[in-house]
Amino acid sequence: MTAITFDKVWKEYGDHVVLERINLDIAPRSFVALVGPSGCGKTTFLRMLLGEETATRGQILVDGVPLKAEPDSDRGVVFQRYSVFPHLTVLQNVMIGREFEKSALLGKLFGAQRRTAIEEASKLLYEVGLAGHETKYPASLSGGMQQRLALAQALNRRPKILLLDEPFGALDPGIRADIHVLIRRIWNQNNLTVVMVTHDLSEAFRLGTRVIAFERPRNRPEELERYGATLGGDLPVPPVMPKTQAGPQPGATITQDFEVWPRKIAADLNGASAAPDAPPDLSLPKDSEKALH
Amino acid sequence: MRAINMKPNFGWHVVLACLPFIALAAAYAISSDARLTANPNDKLLPALGTIVEALRLHAIVPDARTGIYLLWSDTAASLFRLLSALAISAAIALVFGIVTGLLPLARSTLGPFISVASMVPPLALLPILFIVMGLGEASKITLIVVGTTLKLIRDLAQRVEEIPREQLIKAQTLGASTWQIALRVVTPQTLPRLLDALRLEIGPAWLFLIAAEAIAADSGLGYRIFLVRRYLSMDVIIPYVLWITLLAFLMDYALRLIQRKAFPWFAGARSA
Repeated sequence: MTAITFDKVWKEYGDHVVLERINLDIAPRSFVALVGPSGCGKTTFLRMLLGEETATRGQILVDGVPLKAEPDSDRGVVFQRYSVFPHLTVLQNVMIGREFEKSALLGKLFGAQRRTAIEEASKLLYEVGLAGHETKYPASLSGGMQQRLALAQALNRRPKILLLDEPFGALDPGIRADIHVLIRRIWNQNNLTVVMVTHDLSEAFRLGTRVIAFERPRNRPEELERYGATLGGDLPVPPVMPKTQAGPQPGATITQDFEVWPRKIAADLNGASAAPDAPPDLSLPKDSEKALH
Repeated sequence: MRAINMKPNFGWHVVLACLPFIALAAAYAISSDARLTANPNDKLLPALGTIVEALRLHAIVPDARTGIYLLWSDTAASLFRLLSALAISAAIALVFGIVTGLLPLARSTLGPFISVASMVPPLALLPILFIVMGLGEASKITLIVVGTTLKLIRDLAQRVEEIPREQLIKAQTLGASTWQIALRVVTPQTLPRLLDALRLEIGPAWLFLIAAEAIAADSGLGYRIFLVRRYLSMDVIIPYVLWITLLAFLMDYALRLIQRKAFPWFAGARSA
């Protein structure tokens, strides 16, 4: 159970105020989605929570204790890109958390400890739907699979807080829907407080128990430097339990096959001219094709 | 069709790649023939037969005075100097490159010094090295080390700084210490880049080697070509230069091969 408190937090870079007087209590087990226009400081907010940036004024408390000033294993993170290590295989990427924990000198495990670590990692990979990809390198995985791997890697150290920095922003809509189910299940099954930055409002409302909007109330050019963003809206969303459980992903197959322009194809087959409301014929007439050569 | 869209297939690629080599060989053969017709004793552009004979005398006939095979003993001496120097450079550069690239405190301490020191022309140091270390192997190896290490360090430090910040943060959230990050995250990703940097330093390394051998040595490829220069022995110099070129090319090729075989993830990660 991990509660996070922002107590009058300001963030400034020199004269430039990024965040202004942030007061916020995040209840344990929340799934908080941070939304807002780009450049409004939501990533700065997350970086402060990560310990990568420190607050200029005010403090951040986790369960009443001031946050450590550098990243540690209490807080897991998944970024939009570069979250996984390109030189390690899928399995090694997940195992490395345990290796850091158990082997201070070499960062590498041997013998029985290694076998336990492999077992744990394989189980996590199965849960995120990456079973069977253990020996691949991240570069040969799709974007969605890389993010699943990053999740498994972050979960291996059992963090209390999971921070997500636009983790699904670069994914195709279909893949994003799948991974939403996964992150929901992870949040349900683990004792996690999740804070996610996103620019996708529907994603924020679908996943979050609480949606927090950042905005800059004073937005005139001369004001931009001196006034930072504040919390604009704070919308609690009733927790929604997932309806479906995503199991391990089977190999791809054609499940659905849409014919987008069936009428046109039918018309062409009949040798008749296209139906009036059919899309325009985009192929070039035969002689114009010749003229191009 | 536009020129930018005309691509050779494999056969044409091979033919086109051979063209410049054939053109150079043909130009040499023609000029050599012309000069030798005018003056059969011309030494400047010896005929192929003369070169082959000189090569035979150096490679497969033992030297009349010492009984050693000159080409091979020269090659062994030069390669020993070159490879041991490059190994020392690579080891120093790996350590200092990672330390200065990863630790801001080390970067503040060593960064400006390395930037200044890498501007010292290494050949200007050669007299100092000869005075301090004598004329033996140590001063030649040191010259190559001095000439290549600082650039390697700078290059590697930059490669380390280019590792995405996200990876270092991620490692910390997985509980890694600075030492563990250096060992398991940074070093393995720096090694293939070190091979790239080394490939670029092969040329300068040969330059320093030949310069050092030309000035003071009793064996080595550079020593030999500067020795026979006194007799205008182009028939020895030309095959020696070709041999040095071939060795440098093979070293470059070997480093590329090692990079591909030892770091199979690297090609994919680089293009991503």
